[in-house]
Amino acid sequence: MKAFIANRGAFIALLVFAAVVLAALLAPWLAPHDPVQQFREHMLTPPVWQAGGLAQFPLGTDELGRCLLSRLLFGARVSLMIGVLSVLLALLPGIVLGLVAAFHPRWVSPLVMRVMDVLLALPGLLLAIGVITILGPGLINTVIAIAVGALPGYVRLVRGSALAELGRDYVTASRLAGAGTLRLMFDTVLPNCLAPVIVSATLSFSSAILETAALGFLGLGVQAPQPEWGSMLSAARDYIERAPWVVTLPGLSILVTVLAVNLMGDGLRDALDPKLRQA
Amino acid sequence: MFRLLLQKLATLVPTLLGVTLVAFALIRLIPGDPIEIMVGERRLDPAQHAALMKRMGLDQPLPTQYFNYLGQLAQGDLGQSLVTREPVVEEFKVLFPATVELAGSALLLALLLGLPLGMAAALKRGSWFDQLVMATATVGNSMPVFWWGLVLIMAFSVGLEWTPVSGRIGIEYDVPFVSGFMLVDAALSDEAGAWWSALLHLVLPAVVLGTIPMAVIARMTRSAMLEVLREDYMRTARAKGLSPARVVLHHGLRNALIPIVTVLGLQVGSLLGGAVLTETIFSWPGIGKWLIDAIARRDYPVVQAGILISALIFMGVNLVVDLLYGVVNPRMRGELGKDKE
Repeated sequence: MKAFIANRGAFIALLVFAAVVLAALLAPWLAPHDPVQQFREHMLTPPVWQAGGLAQFPLGTDELGRCLLSRLLFGARVSLMIGVLSVLLALLPGIVLGLVAAFHPRWVSPLVMRVMDVLLALPGLLLAIGVITILGPGLINTVIAIAVGALPGYVRLVRGSALAELGRDYVTASRLAGAGTLRLMFDTVLPNCLAPVIVSATLSFSSAILETAALGFLGLGVQAPQPEWGSMLSAARDYIERAPWVVTLPGLSILVTVLAVNLMGDGLRDALDPKLRQA
Repeated sequence: MFRLLLQKLATLVPTLLGVTLVAFALIRLIPGDPIEIMVGERRLDPAQHAALMKRMGLDQPLPTQYFNYLGQLAQGDLGQSLVTREPVVEEFKVLFPATVELAGSALLLALLLGLPLGMAAALKRGSWFDQLVMATATVGNSMPVFWWGLVLIMAFSVGLEWTPVSGRIGIEYDVPFVSGFMLVDAALSDEAGAWWSALLHLVLPAVVLGTIPMAVIARMTRSAMLEVLREDYMRTARAKGLSPARVVLHHGLRNALIPIVTVLGLQVGSLLGGAVLTETIFSWPGIGKWLIDAIARRDYPVVQAGILISALIFMGVNLVVDLLYGVVNPRMRGELGKDKE
């Protein structure tokens, strides 16, 4: 923890990320307007610091006259929620499958690992697109699509670290003391495999936010009128000349959030794995 | 080396079958009647419906359908687009060079900038230059590609009017299809200015797509170089009186290349994903845009083929990367034959 705080970049990133989380949690109270309410008489109002801006809409409005600040705040909720849910949905089965594969090397492991190889044969975003093609777009399906792409990474990671731990004396001791397989898996081995898993969860959280936005941008993610950063950008494309703020602001939100999470992940990795610190 | 290649190919067979199974399942897993989904709004009488089912082989039992599908694939038959009625393979042949041209330029750009920047940052570790490169690389690594594309369009196409917004070449040029690579075809054609137009169309998309790989390559090069710079053989090389350039390039970079090649292989995955986004932003007629358009039009044979082809490309590139290890690091030639597990 000390090492994490000592890393200035990671610490600032933590503060930024905390601010994003707070903004998302408090969105209903912070947002000046309903994010889907359309003020038809104020379409494409610039932000308040530009000529023609209105105090009523601090960051301006979009092409349908919706308050951009409110949409960005509620958009943070969607991005963070999909990020957390998809990480959990990949992490928990990933841990179980990885441990099971490590404990049953004869039959289960090759089977599980071959299936994971197939999933790994497609780059993340394309796999997500494939899943969306089958399931259809939407918030929950975005979560599933991203989780499917992240799953093989966790399975491989957990299996690898569990295999390394299985040969250690403390595991043998525990086994001789009569611990059952489940207890060995989750109580003895798992806690010692968690450090790399936590780091990788942080990094896959940031790529989940990026993929959510990418799917939204392609029209395959969260659907209108729900505010989501990626789909906001895709709608903004047509107004790139007249209203640059509808393009810059959602993109900046994505960039700042992803950057903060990545820096936190780097800091965590350095703190948890001293070998990599100088890299 | 040849034996190594065969061994590697053998381990890919189960994955390959799995990928074809996924592509096969894709059309069957879509909820609802596949024919009705594909036909869309149009009404079909039962006889037409049955005829279509039969033509697509959907009336056979599933295992038979799968083996038929494998048989078609073996003959290079990827099915027929529902929209254009063209064989998917023919469309692919035209679009694939566009994606290769884009992704290749992006990767080249990423290497040409990422490698020297990473090396220089490692040599000047701790300096303002190092910090600047690392800060840029950190931001670049977190960049939402699709937004980055829009920002660059705003700056260079809309603002400065230096580059065109979309497509591969100005509409005033009629360049005949030879290789499919616009830079090559434009140079071969006798139209004045065509090559320049093609280059201008390529610059922004390549920069956008190359940004993340460049950031990753710069970071990896820096840390690999730092690792290598500490080694004893580097001190020996310097002590021998070799020129600094030779020490850094011959003794340093060569040994730092192993992790860089690994990262390069991983980046190809993000290039394929990024190509989908970049092609969509710049209306670049490649396989990424083809795939997204096909999903919007419910042209499922194209989607199926697009996903399958992407997987094959990705697997192929990973295979090449694995083989490159052997070239970069002779010590690993023996180890690679063993299963990764």
